[in-house]
Amino acid sequence: MADLSCNVAGIKAPNPFWVASAPPTDKLYNVERAFRAGWGGVVWKTLGIDPPIVNVSSRYGAVHYNGQRMMGFNNLELITDRPLEDNLREIKQIKQDWPDRAVVVSLMVPCTEKDWKYILKKIEDTGCDGVELNFGCPHGMSERGMGSAVGQVPEYIEMVTRWVKECSDLPCLVKLTPNITDICHAARAANAGGADGVSLINTVNSIVSVDLDLMAPEPTIDGKGSHGGYCGPAVKPMALFMVTEIAKDPETNNLPISAIGGISNWRDATEFIVMGAGGVQVCTAVMHYGFKIVDDMIDGLNNWMDEKGYQTLEDFKGAAVKNVKEWQYLNLKYDIKARIDQSTCINCGLCYISCEDASHQAIRETKANGGRHFEVIDDECVGCNLCMFACPVPGCISMERVDSGTEYQNWTTHPNNPMRVDQN
Amino acid sequence: MTTTDIRAGRLSQEQLAENFSDHHPPLNSANAIVESDRCYFCYDAPCIEACPTAIDIPNFIRKISTGNLKGSAKDILTQNIMGGMCARVCPTEILCEGVCVRNTHEEKPVRIGDLQRYATDWFFESGETLFKRGEPTGKRIAIVGGGPAGLSCAHRLAVLGHESVIFEAREKLSGLNEYGIAAYKTVNNFAQREVEFILQIGGIEARTNHVLGRDVKIDDLRNEFDAVFLSIGLGDVNDLGLKSDDPEGVYNAVDIIAELRQAKNLDELPVGRRIVVIGGGNTAIDISVQSKKLGAEDVSLVYRRGAQHMSATWKEQEFAKSNGVNIKYWLSPKSLHSENGHVSGVEFECTKLNSNGKLSGTGESRFMEADVVFKAIGQSMQDTIFSGSDIPEMTKGKIAVNSEFETSLAGVWSGGDCVGSGDDLTVQAVEDGKQAANSIHQKIMQQ
Repeated sequence: MADLSCNVAGIKAPNPFWVASAPPTDKLYNVERAFRAGWGGVVWKTLGIDPPIVNVSSRYGAVHYNGQRMMGFNNLELITDRPLEDNLREIKQIKQDWPDRAVVVSLMVPCTEKDWKYILKKIEDTGCDGVELNFGCPHGMSERGMGSAVGQVPEYIEMVTRWVKECSDLPCLVKLTPNITDICHAARAANAGGADGVSLINTVNSIVSVDLDLMAPEPTIDGKGSHGGYCGPAVKPMALFMVTEIAKDPETNNLPISAIGGISNWRDATEFIVMGAGGVQVCTAVMHYGFKIVDDMIDGLNNWMDEKGYQTLEDFKGAAVKNVKEWQYLNLKYDIKARIDQSTCINCGLCYISCEDASHQAIRETKANGGRHFEVIDDECVGCNLCMFACPVPGCISMERVDSGTEYQNWTTHPNNPMRVDQN
Repeated sequence: MTTTDIRAGRLSQEQLAENFSDHHPPLNSANAIVESDRCYFCYDAPCIEACPTAIDIPNFIRKISTGNLKGSAKDILTQNIMGGMCARVCPTEILCEGVCVRNTHEEKPVRIGDLQRYATDWFFESGETLFKRGEPTGKRIAIVGGGPAGLSCAHRLAVLGHESVIFEAREKLSGLNEYGIAAYKTVNNFAQREVEFILQIGGIEARTNHVLGRDVKIDDLRNEFDAVFLSIGLGDVNDLGLKSDDPEGVYNAVDIIAELRQAKNLDELPVGRRIVVIGGGNTAIDISVQSKKLGAEDVSLVYRRGAQHMSATWKEQEFAKSNGVNIKYWLSPKSLHSENGHVSGVEFECTKLNSNGKLSGTGESRFMEADVVFKAIGQSMQDTIFSGSDIPEMTKGKIAVNSEFETSLAGVWSGGDCVGSGDDLTVQAVEDGKQAANSIHQKIMQQ
């Protein structure tokens, strides 16, 4: 049994699986259930200053794709709609009952030092393990100068982070918005302000769909709609990219990262950890299937670590970062060709038509013995992988390396590059 | 010896209503979406090739998945105006679904037939219009036989702007769809709803109760009309070929299937307790299952060869077995036994394939008691229909046609079961009618 314990920005937990700040963490009842199911920590649903906000009815939108429900998910919800004192009392209670679990409190108050000081003082009384500054929420709060309105301006991130660090010793995670051109600027600002770590990504600005009868974006609220925050499996690639950017950046490569964004299982989580995250946060998958999914997350990660011979998360944290290169340094001599396993081919022709209409016309269709037959024309195949992805039979099409494996040339020295550097 | 046991009302009206309800209920919208998402949208899809009417199956399924049901129904019905009926009666297991690439690994094809029914049912409920009669050409075509081939031909001719008159021997149009298919395959009078839809386009006049050879003559039609299309089906039933005449209680399965389809009250139909059905096709299956559903105690379907030789598909055979029909293979009828002029049983001889692949008797015999015997060993061309007219060339007992569905008689086309274009299936008849109409159009517009 591997050791799954984690330490993210000084916040310790028995495993790296935390429930993100969201409806599943907005009260004692849910959080209690999360811990009982095995989650290593929670980030409590964002607190603000009373009076509590008011939410609309009809709050979520979703993208279903080819039978998969909630492949993408968006919401128009705001921060907690319960009185501050109720939340504080319950946070204190849960920390007493579950001392080994991480309890982080998400915060969002107006952009004044006085308000931040006020709320931090209250939070410290709960005995929680840390705070997360919500600079990410893209709707509702941002119009009031909070959430992503702060997160989109690096100077504000730095300023607020500094206020927080000046008046509290609690570990401080800064939650970043992806609705920005270059995530590194935001991460550097958090770092400069003294943040103990960053968590990302928050939700992506989105309109998930439009009701073509009402002529309004969904979810519709009395015939109108608004943009919301997009999350779920669909955003995982964007989140992975942004986490990687921060892990690669010389200014922030030592900044602890709590990764968020479409993480649904142990494999997703592990991908974020090898890209530099110290732990992960999950929300949409819990909203879809409930807290029980953590069982497979813990079990799957543990089995994978045993299989690979890893003892702790530190053994592989960030292990893939060094292999993320700029395009110009990729080996142009590397050459792969598609291979079709005729014994498992079901002759659907999708490899053929995808290559024929959208790629390099590198698959030939022949008719023989009353059946169809598809084969790769090596001279035309550029090794793009398209046919492999279009093929509905897993493993039927694979890519085989055909170059010698000894040659290396990248774009920086390529003859076609007008700005190439001299190899000598 | 037991006495003959034939009586009506073996089952309650409620039970009969349940037994004769839709044997294969339609997909609901949620299931249709899930099923449509299973289609891989194959390139040059094998299902299209396997469909006698060449419906673009992946495309109509994709349109279901996107909610474009009108487009889906149009794709189907343009290729096959009886796409609704074919969705119910096609042996999809040997056509489109039989070649679905999903069979290869999963042995579970996309439910193409059910999806086709989903789209066409939607269309029938929608009240939408899909087809418009073409600009009138002034040409008139006589169509003899108002079954699937005739109706398909008439509709395509109307689309092309021609007028047609259908001469139908029976009281209603739709041929075997109305008179020759088990009731539970096409509930709620679907055959007639389909006829109504086909005639809606206009330019098609139906003259029912007009028997070829008695009320109309081919020669007269050739004189009066610009073209003639013969879609007369197979009016005669093959005989057992036994020496003696049939005693009472021995029926042609097709007659009883027709009677059952037209019956107002199923509990008034006389039903035998022990039934022997002789044959190996869908008619044999249909009469066997319907007898069971009417309350017969023992139904044996007896075929002279093996399961793999039956023209009823494996799925049809399984369906019969699951309905309690006892299928016996390798038995050939030898003699009918009777008591007081009424059938009492059938003596069979066991059969086998000899070394050169021919069927032969083994000399061993079996006896089965029966109150009723149904003959379902195929249909053939009626010989009275051409009386007093030129007779078109025949081949293998059917009307000979070229690839354009032209017969040897000038100006006379033919299609459906009465020609040898393919299997005797509704879907094949629809295709024949459509292709013949295209050919007629080409020819008469040159004149």
